[in-house]
Amino acid sequence: MRSGNQSQAAGSGGVKKKMNGYVGFSNYPNQEHRRSIKRGFNFTLMVVGESGLGKSTLINTLFESKVYPTKEEIATSSAAAAAAAAASGGPQAAKTVEITSVSAEINENNVKLRLSVVDTPGFGDSINNDSAWKPILENIESRFDAYLAQENRVNRSKIVDNRVNALLYFIKPTGHGLRAVDIEFMRNLHNKVNLIPVIARADTLTPQEVEQFKARVLADINFHGIQIFRPVSDQFDDPDTIADNKAIASKIPFAVIGSEKFVERADGTRVRGRQYPWGIIEVENEQHNDFVSLRQMLLRTHMEELRDATDVALYETYRTQKLLALGHVQDNGVFREFNPRQQLEEEEKVHAAKMQKLEAEMAAVFRQKVQEKEGKLKQSEEELHSRHQQMKTVLEKQRAELEEKKGRVGSVEHAPVSHQMGVQAEAVVPGSKDNKKKRGFF
Amino acid sequence: MSAPANDVQDYVGFDTITQQMERKFLKRGFNLNVILVGESGMGKSTLVIRKTTEIAPVTQMLEENGVRVKLTIVDTPGFGDQCNNEGCWVPVIKYIKDQHAAYLERELKPNRERIIVDTRVHACLYFLNPGSRGLRPLDVEVLKRLTEVTNVIPVIAKSDSMTIEERTAFKRHIKEELAFHRIMLFPYASDDDADDDRVLNASIRELIPFAVVGSEEVIEVEGKLIRGRRHGWGVINIFDETHSDFVHLRNFMLRTHLSDLIEVTSQRHYEQFRTSQLRQIKELRAQQAAAAASGGAPPAQPQVPLSVMQHQPMTQV
Repeated sequence: MRSGNQSQAAGSGGVKKKMNGYVGFSNYPNQEHRRSIKRGFNFTLMVVGESGLGKSTLINTLFESKVYPTKEEIATSSAAAAAAAAASGGPQAAKTVEITSVSAEINENNVKLRLSVVDTPGFGDSINNDSAWKPILENIESRFDAYLAQENRVNRSKIVDNRVNALLYFIKPTGHGLRAVDIEFMRNLHNKVNLIPVIARADTLTPQEVEQFKARVLADINFHGIQIFRPVSDQFDDPDTIADNKAIASKIPFAVIGSEKFVERADGTRVRGRQYPWGIIEVENEQHNDFVSLRQMLLRTHMEELRDATDVALYETYRTQKLLALGHVQDNGVFREFNPRQQLEEEEKVHAAKMQKLEAEMAAVFRQKVQEKEGKLKQSEEELHSRHQQMKTVLEKQRAELEEKKGRVGSVEHAPVSHQMGVQAEAVVPGSKDNKKKRGFF
Repeated sequence: MSAPANDVQDYVGFDTITQQMERKFLKRGFNLNVILVGESGMGKSTLVIRKTTEIAPVTQMLEENGVRVKLTIVDTPGFGDQCNNEGCWVPVIKYIKDQHAAYLERELKPNRERIIVDTRVHACLYFLNPGSRGLRPLDVEVLKRLTEVTNVIPVIAKSDSMTIEERTAFKRHIKEELAFHRIMLFPYASDDDADDDRVLNASIRELIPFAVVGSEEVIEVEGKLIRGRRHGWGVINIFDETHSDFVHLRNFMLRTHLSDLIEVTSQRHYEQFRTSQLRQIKELRAQQAAAAASGGAPPAQPQVPLSVMQHQPMTQV
């Protein structure tokens, strides 16, 4: 078995070896699977769009449960709301964008999903919508901040993940293309969240109009360089999955309708749909709208990818930007691999370099000091020399004077004693004077 | 002292005056000017099958049974399409007032035409957003201002996205909000309406706002050619009364209330405009007289009073 498993670490990647027997690590995904089921999943979905585009209905249809109360139930209080608005001051005060969140725990086949849906009522409903996207961006970033704070805590056993995994942006079915408020929104949020544009109330467009409108929307998106979420296949997928992904991707942006009511078709079956005098549009009929594709991508195939992309790409980018902005300096030293010999060699090199430096410094200092000393010695030598000369001249003088005195004293030797004494005294005294003077020379 | 109304004993013949007036209209023909106000993508152009890129009128001559109508349609592209739509109604209001002003100028001229060309806006179709819960703040602002200068008829275009119940609920909601904001729509109630007029007006008011579907295509359904829209799940016939109110709207505007629209424009909106303008001229003249009297150099007397008027009040919208 060992022979089968040996692999050589040759640079990056290694060498792929075929297995000779069953080891069992292929069971790992199952173990992960069981652990995930125990833990449960989080998914946070944000919906943005003008009022009346059917956001709440679509959410209720997607999750087949009444996540949101329908607007008819709220409509009865509309008169009261209008009265309240009037009381608060005349013509419609600037409506702000609110952020409301609804949570539900949905169980399906023992898989627990903690679903949060964040709604943004008031978006695009005011007269001036220039800053309508700002509160939404702030909300998304504050969720990133909260996660970052939890990640940096000392005790990280319980991290609550509130980050937005996907944002459904509802486009009004004008047939013309994206409006200014749509482009503003998408340009500001596409690199903070997985953007999934959705054409709302698609029952107002004929099939050709839908195709044309989708083409125009995609052209606008490409023109402005907006990154929307697209399902991509990688090398591990089987051909069926790849084909499915392609089919779904070709329908983006999805043109959908939603309905919580059931209608009866001509053949008597009951389906979710909307009843018009001229026919019935069925929610789950792929010929009628793209609801099925949206549900497939959002829930059945790409939910994990959405969560992953949020964590790996969007969050990490945000974290990097934020930390760099806060002044953290990137130390790339921590990224190198740990190799003891290499490390020793490096340390040695560093040490040697240090020693060299020290040596050079000391040599320089030594030379400098030697020069100083030499200079000083020369100076004192000169001084001594000059003093020597001086003293010599003084001595010469003294000797000359003494010789003179000797001559004088010699001539006065035969005089009387007292006179001698006086002379001596005189001789002494002038000599002392001279002596003094001589001493004064010093 | 009221003269007693006597029934004429012998036939005089003046009861044919109505026919005589009819013939006059036939000879003269008349103008109908309609302005469409709404965001792009609401289906305005489809509804009237004409396209424009600025507030510029498009005219066509229609004739039916010898009656000639010069129909002018004015579109308002770009209305309400921006992020910041404050003041987007100003060009529209200005256009309407400009037409009134042009008419007034012609009327005031000493040497005026016998029959003044009437470019005044007789009706304004205001397009509402289907599906939104009632009036948006932009709708309220614009409607308040529009109803002061012209006859406003609210319309829900692209109403094929609402089921019948949703439509009824939406209409009820809109009517409540319109009443709440005290927005006056055409037709206006007045005391000297005849009874059948009142009934007709009441039925019109029931239908407001008109839920219409527009189409430029003619499609074939069961061998017949109809104007409509073909979806994957059904075909909409815009002339079918159960499918849309298009027929009612057309009857209302062209068959029953056409002369009403023109008359109300002329007698109510135009007269209001005229009164306010003349009053302003009077005030201006008084100011100038006061300035002259107080010794300041009087400003030059304008040649045509209207040029002064046009510069001043147009800004207040």
